[in-house]
Amino acid sequence: MGERILMCGNEALAEAAIQAGCDAYFGYPITPQNEVSAYMARRMAEEGRVFIQSESELAAINMVFGAAATGKRAMTSSSSPGISLMQEGISYLAGAELPSIIVNVMRGGPGLGNISPAQGDYFQATRGGGHGDYKTIVLGPSSVQELADCMPLAFDLADQYRIPAMILTDGILGQMMEPLVLEPKPRRELPPKDWALTGAKDRKQNIVRSLWLGDGVLEEHNKKLQAKYKEICTREVLCEQYRMEDAEIVTVAYGIAARIVRAAVDRAREDGVRVGLIRPITLWPFPIEQVAAAAGKCRAILTVEMSAGQMLEDVKLAVNGKVPVLFYGRMGGGVPTADEILARIKELMV
Amino acid sequence: MKTMFKRTRVLKDCPTHYCPGCGHGIAHRLIAEVIEELDIQDRTIGIAPVGCAVLAYNYLDVDMIEVAHGRAPAVATGMKRCNPDKIVFSYQGDGDLAAIGTAEIIHAAHRAEQFTVVFINNAVFGMTGGQMAPTTLLGQVTTTTPGGRQADGQGYPLQISELLAILPGAIYVERCALSSVPRIRQTKAALKHAFELQMNEVPGLSLVEILSPCPTYWRMSPADAMKWIDEHMSKAFPIGRLKG
Repeated sequence: MGERILMCGNEALAEAAIQAGCDAYFGYPITPQNEVSAYMARRMAEEGRVFIQSESELAAINMVFGAAATGKRAMTSSSSPGISLMQEGISYLAGAELPSIIVNVMRGGPGLGNISPAQGDYFQATRGGGHGDYKTIVLGPSSVQELADCMPLAFDLADQYRIPAMILTDGILGQMMEPLVLEPKPRRELPPKDWALTGAKDRKQNIVRSLWLGDGVLEEHNKKLQAKYKEICTREVLCEQYRMEDAEIVTVAYGIAARIVRAAVDRAREDGVRVGLIRPITLWPFPIEQVAAAAGKCRAILTVEMSAGQMLEDVKLAVNGKVPVLFYGRMGGGVPTADEILARIKELMV
Repeated sequence: MKTMFKRTRVLKDCPTHYCPGCGHGIAHRLIAEVIEELDIQDRTIGIAPVGCAVLAYNYLDVDMIEVAHGRAPAVATGMKRCNPDKIVFSYQGDGDLAAIGTAEIIHAAHRAEQFTVVFINNAVFGMTGGQMAPTTLLGQVTTTTPGGRQADGQGYPLQISELLAILPGAIYVERCALSSVPRIRQTKAALKHAFELQMNEVPGLSLVEILSPCPTYWRMSPADAMKWIDEHMSKAFPIGRLKG
């Protein structure tokens, strides 16, 4: 067992990325993720790897594009408005099938919003976000430990499926200090990057592209992407089920909101209310089957988010009308309390 | 029998999609010849822009990538920093480099990135059908300046190479043209010098701007287009070495 250390989420994810073999980090300042770039500036230099503070988020994501195209493990981090700017580049990464890591430490929106924690980017994370039919893998950790653990997993998933992967976290987890253990995890067996641009030495020219002209060619490319997404949905769903064994009321929440819901669930259980929590860890692929199975056994579902209700749509799609799906959310940097959630749970029992 | 001339192996043996009289074909060939002569085909990575040259990878036989509009200098930065032993070049038009990608090219030069930029200036957006570019000359008719470009409201031709040349991180900036055989030979010499600076690991950006004909959207014959470069374009964009 590795040493227990105390770190904030932003620094923990950065160190975990370095330990996962991140070759290059590119980023532009934005709150509340600035600890990531400050940490990377120091540590990447120590490791002899690449760190660049870019002139914009547009440049940062395209630097990732360039580094990833040469087969390197590359990442960027930003917060909500910055991620909006990166969406063009993420669409290109998806189209060109380049493994890459994007960390979104979410803040309040829309517009410049504020710098308080929020979960209002679920749509732009899980729906592709940019133009065209594509998906990115989205991981939504709910502790500093899990945030760190997501980094090697995200790099492996990205390499295995040649896909951008996003860590969707928020200003609380990014700033909050918690004890964690950083340990090297066994890596997946990954395919060789024989597509990478390394100079055409003793082989034919490699081309990295997202442009597919010609009758039907782009549709074929899209079919290939969709087949890949289907495979990911079949194989890579992660979710935690907490006190679900006899739950009459099921809550669904992710990230930091799930931490708060978990406390509310414990208190409701103390009061004899049979309530459980489904906590998606992969937001895309969403745990459709787990939510659907719960819907077959419970009376109602309560989705809690720090948004106006975005994951709520995925929950409803999974439930498919079997039971009522209710929602409690706070917006614009508002954080729900366990008391507020407990009150909603008890209302459902009436 | 002695071979006096042959196609360079870095240029693929296929017809291009370019219009008759277009300059891209000449520019491609010059780059390909330089890559062969410097013996760097197996360690060169090229970046194709959004624009008429988006399919450059169909013609240049090196590893290549096609990138978002204007972002080539950021992509090149990521590539070169991670692979300092590779020779990285971006190939960008005036819409790509001087309009949407202004921030990326200026900051690549500002950071003294060590790659080479081939900047094709044909004073017009070609692929989208001949709209005004930042480099469009005053009075020049395009689809979006039907009365000819007016300084009042549409601005002056943007001399981006002059702008870049004042940055300490740009080590070599030269403007050339494809309007005659001597000028084409000078263009090749400039490209070769730019690639050599990169091979010799001289820190900083090297950029060759090439005034290139677009007979289709200048609405003139290929021969007149060449004349127009010398008689008009080179007045707004003086040919010669700006830096280094």
